Amino acid sequence: MKKKIIFLILLFLTITNYSFGFEKNKKLENKISKNLRCLVCQGQSIYDSQSDFALSMKLLIKKKIDNGESEKEIYDFFRTQYGDWILYEPKINKNTIFLWIFPVILFIFGGYLIFRNFFIK
Amino acid sequence: MKKKIIFSSIVLFCLFVFFIFFKSIYKENYYTPQILTKNLISFKSKDLFTKEIVHSDHLFKNEKFILINIWASWCVPCLQEHKYLMNLKNNNSINLIGLNYKDKENNAKKFIYKNGNPYDTILIDDYGIISIELGAYGVPETFIIYNSKIIKKYIGPLSQKNIIEIKKITKK
Repeated sequence: MKKKIIFLILLFLTITNYSFGFEKNKKLENKISKNLRCLVCQGQSIYDSQSDFALSMKLLIKKKIDNGESEKEIYDFFRTQYGDWILYEPKINKNTIFLWIFPVILFIFGGYLIFRNFFIK
Repeated sequence: MKKKIIFSSIVLFCLFVFFIFFKSIYKENYYTPQILTKNLISFKSKDLFTKEIVHSDHLFKNEKFILINIWASWCVPCLQEHKYLMNLKNNNSINLIGLNYKDKENNAKKFIYKNGNPYDTILIDDYGIISIELGAYGVPETFIIYNSKIIKKYIGPLSQKNIIEIKKITKK
């Protein structure tokens, strides 16, 4: 009887552990695939896309996660193969600085206009 | 005065937006990496005909230029470029490898029997993972590899012009 109980507990633990790990990987996979641009339909992320290449990319991401690669390593891989363009959230560098800073400038400028019109008058 | 400034800044902004759109509308989005990866990916794949498992390191060790052509029987432009590939068949300085992208085995074989086999080796890429790892954008696509480096890549079907260029590159 005791053995059976121990066995059941162990079984329960392995199953939950396994599914927990699986879920974690799945979450990471989804997160990465939402941040990668589909090669065929370029307004979409590969998470949303069902094109052949997007499906392959999702498989590759899964394979890489299963191999124990980190999120950063996977992004770096796609970046060297396809360039910054493939990421929806590119790293800040010489080419992308404008992209990141322009909204901030607009925001400050707009804020300044509003401030001037409403408070200084 | 104030109105003028606002008006001119709006006009400038519109011009700026227009300029960006105008610049990018004709720009190709395809990107060839500048710093080409030193170590090509290594992969294992099956040969279409012999069913032998081929390891990529083995292929890339070759002294010759390696042309990897991604194709599929369902892809119409592949048929278009096929005659040009046949043209490269008897070129001794090139090792032409076909990568059969997400295809049914029977269809792939039929395609080869019907149109001729320009490839030295045909590898199977069932899930399309190898193509993505190589950095492909679509089918067909051709890579020239020398000394384990991708030195050139052609996106889309090859033309007569490309073939002449390939022959020139591989003559070195």
